[in-house]
Amino acid sequence: MATTNTITVEPAPSVGAAIMRVIRSFALIRESWVGMIGAGLVLFWVIVAILAPLLAPFDPNATLMPMQRSGALFPGSDTVAAGTFWLGTDQLGRDILSRVIWGSQTVLLYAPLATLSAYTVGILMGLAAGYYRGWVDDLLSRIADIILSFPVLVLYIIIIATIGASGFNIIIAITFASAPGIMRIVRGLVLDLRNRDYVAAAQTRGEGAWRIMLVEILPNARGPLIVDSCLRLGYVIITIGVLGFLGLGLPPPDPDWGGMINDTRSMAMACPHMVLYPCFAISSLILGFNLLADGLREISLRD
Amino acid sequence: MLIFITKRFGFMIVTMLVVSMLLFLLLEINVDGVATKVLGPYSSQESREIWLETNGYRDPLIQRYGRWLGNAAVGDFGDSVRFKVPVGQVMWPRLWNTAILGFWTFAIMIPMSLILGILAGMKEGSKLDRSISVTGIITTSVPEFASAVFLSAIFVFWLKWLPGTSSMSDGFSFKELLLPIMVLVIYDFGYVARMTRASMAEVMTTHYIRTAVLKGLPYREVILKHALRNALIAPFTVIMLQVNWLLSGVIVVEFYFAYKGFGALLLEASLNQDIFLIEACAMVAVFVAVATQTIADVGYTYLNPRIRFS
Repeated sequence: MATTNTITVEPAPSVGAAIMRVIRSFALIRESWVGMIGAGLVLFWVIVAILAPLLAPFDPNATLMPMQRSGALFPGSDTVAAGTFWLGTDQLGRDILSRVIWGSQTVLLYAPLATLSAYTVGILMGLAAGYYRGWVDDLLSRIADIILSFPVLVLYIIIIATIGASGFNIIIAITFASAPGIMRIVRGLVLDLRNRDYVAAAQTRGEGAWRIMLVEILPNARGPLIVDSCLRLGYVIITIGVLGFLGLGLPPPDPDWGGMINDTRSMAMACPHMVLYPCFAISSLILGFNLLADGLREISLRD
Repeated sequence: MLIFITKRFGFMIVTMLVVSMLLFLLLEINVDGVATKVLGPYSSQESREIWLETNGYRDPLIQRYGRWLGNAAVGDFGDSVRFKVPVGQVMWPRLWNTAILGFWTFAIMIPMSLILGILAGMKEGSKLDRSISVTGIITTSVPEFASAVFLSAIFVFWLKWLPGTSSMSDGFSFKELLLPIMVLVIYDFGYVARMTRASMAEVMTTHYIRTAVLKGLPYREVILKHALRNALIAPFTVIMLQVNWLLSGVIVVEFYFAYKGFGALLLEASLNQDIFLIEACAMVAVFVAVATQTIADVGYTYLNPRIRFS
């Protein structure tokens, strides 16, 4: 992070200006073609998710065609009176295209929520550990070490198997498992930033500890955190997919990509199209976030 | 150095203790729940009471935990609810199967990712570097279950070269192991390659490399004698920590390919609420993870002379 050394007294930036600045820093992504591809992929799925009610040709949960064509890698299109199944139908005769489209909404709802929740907890822990140091730091760091020593999926399975599978519980499990990692990053950044002059100035002004952490320190730590949040979003999407795939995800019947793969897994050898399309969907979305993160990192290193 | 190692092992033991405590609390604090899980949801209230009484579940929590920990330390986790035999009998053969899978995955992944990472890091920003990095990002972006689907579609459905399941029902066959290994290697190699690349790229910018080049050493020698030794310290840690990731990866892969391994066992145990088996599997998984982290830390300090001699 480049910081200005000149001492100027600026009025506190308004919320609007802050948002504009974030947008402008995202606009820098144009300078990296890898980042552009990533941004494009992410944007594509975001638009699909928003327009799902308009784009999906069928009700994703309606049984439309009980008979299933099999034996082809790409079954092409089956047509009924109501329209065409561009991607075929699944084991219950539901339109796969509609389910993939609606599934993007599920993923793009839960993944950002879970990431946001993990970030809130992780940032608060990291700020406290890095700013107060001493026993607060020791305690929080030890807790983080212990949670991080679990193989992640083992942790998820135990949590979900104990508290049950639901959207809310998945968010809790992801927060529990990811917050320590975020805390470590934030803590490292805070340890560096807390010795800056503007922090000392704020302390002299008599600002409260949490105000200093949230208003003075946190905004200056945003660079690495933005890159990390893109990577982490990708990882959270993998996690939600894996949980769905293992049968620990969101309860049926609403479409969720991981769950779709799990439902049709046993028929994958006869009708690969049932599992292939959700796999393409989830991989492309994760790839989008990872490429975006790579592009952002490349740009932040350049400055 | 000795103090550091002792400290590190101390931390390992403390972690295991805390984890065991958490697990115990999470799974066994509600004794009636334990009885229901062991005897089944249709058992009578009396039989549950009798079971709890005879198995010492009416003792104070701390006493129960102490007894449980003592038994766990010598490998006695109780009987599996589902298999009706001691947990160890089910778990150890499964762990061995996973060890075979993990061994081959590492045997292929490590040389591959190190070579690619070094090639990419030798000339930062070159075409080779960019393409290796982007390939790494792409392969890491495809979750294991998706690459399992893709590879099965290609090698099982389309080409019909490999079997689609790895249950090893007709004895051990390496052919059945190929797909799971491929999936794990593809997912894991990208990260190790990128870390190796970063480490190599950093070493290439140091003064001693510049000196070596400027004094006229052949490029090969600069790389092999000066750069590699230092560039490979960081990947060592990354590779050891990869064991932790592998433990997650094997759950997905073993589940998909019906391989009778440890990961699939842990998942089955959780889905069936096979309480003592969950405890045993989780303790073993955390032990493996913590032990490799300890080895990684100790190994890193040993490999890095700046830390070793200070």
